Amino acid sequence: MKSMEFEKYRIEAENICVDYNGKVALYDATLRLKAGQICGLVGMNGAGKTTFFNALTGFVNLSKGKIRINGETLKTSQKDQAVAYVPQNEGIDADFPVNVWDIVMMGRYGSMNIFRSPRESDIQAVKNAIERVDLVDYSFTPIGNLSGGQRKRTFLARAIAQRASILLLDEPFAGVDIRTEKLISELFIQFKNEGKTILLSTHDMIHVREFCDLVLLINKTVVAYGDTSEVFTPENITSTFGGMSPDFLFGPES
Amino acid sequence: MDVSFLTIDINSFIFEPIAHEFMRKAILISILITSVCGLLSSFLTLKGWALMGDAVSHAVMPGVVVAYAIGIPLSIGAFVFGVGSVALIGFIKHKSRIKEDTVIGLVFTGFFALGIVLISKITSEIDLMHILYGTPLGIPLSDVKQTIFISFLVVFLLSIFRKDLMLYCFDPRHAKTIGINVSFLHYLLLTCLSLAAVVGLQAVGIVLVVAMLITPGATAYLLTDKFDELSIISILSSIISSLIGIYLSYWLDIAPGGSIVLVQTFIFLFAFLFAPRYGIFKVKQLLSSSK
Repeated sequence: MKSMEFEKYRIEAENICVDYNGKVALYDATLRLKAGQICGLVGMNGAGKTTFFNALTGFVNLSKGKIRINGETLKTSQKDQAVAYVPQNEGIDADFPVNVWDIVMMGRYGSMNIFRSPRESDIQAVKNAIERVDLVDYSFTPIGNLSGGQRKRTFLARAIAQRASILLLDEPFAGVDIRTEKLISELFIQFKNEGKTILLSTHDMIHVREFCDLVLLINKTVVAYGDTSEVFTPENITSTFGGMSPDFLFGPES
Repeated sequence: MDVSFLTIDINSFIFEPIAHEFMRKAILISILITSVCGLLSSFLTLKGWALMGDAVSHAVMPGVVVAYAIGIPLSIGAFVFGVGSVALIGFIKHKSRIKEDTVIGLVFTGFFALGIVLISKITSEIDLMHILYGTPLGIPLSDVKQTIFISFLVVFLLSIFRKDLMLYCFDPRHAKTIGINVSFLHYLLLTCLSLAAVVGLQAVGIVLVVAMLITPGATAYLLTDKFDELSIISILSSIISSLIGIYLSYWLDIAPGGSIVLVQTFIFLFAFLFAPRYGIFKVKQLLSSSK
């Protein structure tokens, strides 16, 4: 009975708590997402957005609660390459001696042999992923020579090459050019149609309205969660941002 | 200073030293050791573990002394104390408000001091100077075998897990996300570091082994944007440094350890000034703009 219920969800996080050396970063957070859903993760800096991502990737241990990915434990989902994480540009060492091809190939490592020697299928997957983010001309450009938008697309290509069913994107629209923004939004629609589930954090309220079916407002714990049209109200946003008026945050228009 | 080498011809400059068996041995063993350190150096540079390399290479000293005293392979003692020091660093950092660089500094100096005390108390058979400054010209045969074994072990491990380690240095979160055992890689790199410190201290001594673990990687980092090239340049500059360093030490009668590291430092300075893209003078740009 129980497992049947799990199967309906791609992501199921139940009452998860994370603390770093006794400091609580996130508590009693619950999130359930199905295939093809796009969910916005909204909160202040330090509200636990990155911690939430870290919990879903297994990068931090939970002090309480449990996570199921596609009905499986995190360990199994990691082996299945189910989750892909697209980092913020700031989290990347831009001086690292790798090029676009190398980074996208890293998406394939989990399904390669111990030496991580690419097979024909891996090379094809990397090629396709680079084509989809429109970086063919930059395939062998070192990461340090790419623009912010191109870097973002590189890591998106890595997630595509990984063939993950769940994409976690940390500020996908921060510091990118218009062209990249357009390309990312087109990709989101394709991902949705492919049945992928997307959880993205953003500071930009307009993007939430534009792409997200659901929104999760957090401030150390869940402030509100549900359909964007219902939950993304000025009142909820205000309480998420600690009493600051939404007018101040994103203009009187919204 | 003996300046007789200035008057000799190039043939005898190269061939006279290698006529001696001990010199041939010293050159080969130094090349082996510095190559291993050079390969590891390319990972440490990317991981930002220079200070960790400093710490581990000093912290292995009491391990070497204890191992010598109770008659087990030096590498085992070094390994225990090397990894132990890092565990202790992690523990103190975790449990106190002291910043990491301070913790590293106080742990490794503590271990190092313990090593010095142990040498003076337990055994007089180890020459403190040899451990501190290295003896590439007089490594005993048993140590040579051990050195060769450890060197190949480190190269073997780094080669098998090369791409995983690169990913671990670049993006540990992605590594974890796709099910790669990140803490295994962490301890693998630490293990290699401890082992390299043991073999390295025989050639140039504890004080200078840090340089062999840091400088070649830093030099290569200025010269390339490709990971494979980074390792190759790092190893090549290590080999060239040990060759030139040993020759200089022979002809100028200077300490070989110091001379190897000094050559490495000069190669770094050269790259720092003239590296095509990242050097101060950006030679490539100068050349293209003068056309």
